[in-house]
Amino acid sequence: MTQMSKKEYEHMVKIFSPNSPVLTNCIKAFFVGGCICVFGELISKYLIYLGISEDVKSLLTVIILIFCGVCLTGFNIYSKFGRFAGAGSMIPITGFANAIASSAIEFKKEGYIIGIGTKLFSLAGPVLAYGVFSSFVVGIIYYISKII
Amino acid sequence: MIKAFVVGGLICTIGQILIDKTRLTPAKILVIFVIIGCILSALGLYEPLVNFAGAGATVPITGFGHSLVKGVINEIDREGFIGIFTGGVKATAAGISASIVFSILVSFIANSKDK
Repeated sequence: MTQMSKKEYEHMVKIFSPNSPVLTNCIKAFFVGGCICVFGELISKYLIYLGISEDVKSLLTVIILIFCGVCLTGFNIYSKFGRFAGAGSMIPITGFANAIASSAIEFKKEGYIIGIGTKLFSLAGPVLAYGVFSSFVVGIIYYISKII
Repeated sequence: MIKAFVVGGLICTIGQILIDKTRLTPAKILVIFVIIGCILSALGLYEPLVNFAGAGATVPITGFGHSLVKGVINEIDREGFIGIFTGGVKATAAGISASIVFSILVSFIANSKDK
């Protein structure tokens, strides 16, 4: 048995007690996130079954998942779903699609250019910006290490 | 299939713990996840996870970071210096374009519920 201090034990009890919102939230997130990934896996298995090449398959899987995410956002289902699943609906790529679609719908009333056009990336923009920036940093390091 | 479920679920659980236990906003958590995906991919740790879990590793947003870095590295190998700028977005173009196109189409049709 591993020894733990009283403080640690109290902390553990707090985490694992049945009323802990953290634990139930995590279970929900785990289950929903897992299900979305399984759905993605099913799509990609089906695309392989249809005889689609490896490269196109992964791109098409992403496109289909994004399509589903955007449609569910349009019907106002994804936000309800998000309240239940928390990170389980936010972390998968469908959550990224939801972030863009929900901003677009929300800011429609401000017009098509200023509203939709500008606010489209108000939630998903940071992900795109820092994702591209990080990949640029990795690219620079890789390129330098390659020529040395 | 079970591997995809468990790995995908665990990545989301980490996100949920960050939401509940820290004061980080969802946007910050998503940025952290993308950067972690980039770093793991750069260290060569993400590709084995993709081979193991399939969609369980590619569907979460960390997979987006992985695609960006993988695209940059492949493009540098093929095209040299210019790959640093072209590779990342090229590899993720499908996802980015699809989100923009579908979102704009849906926003034409759907209306915000809270007025």
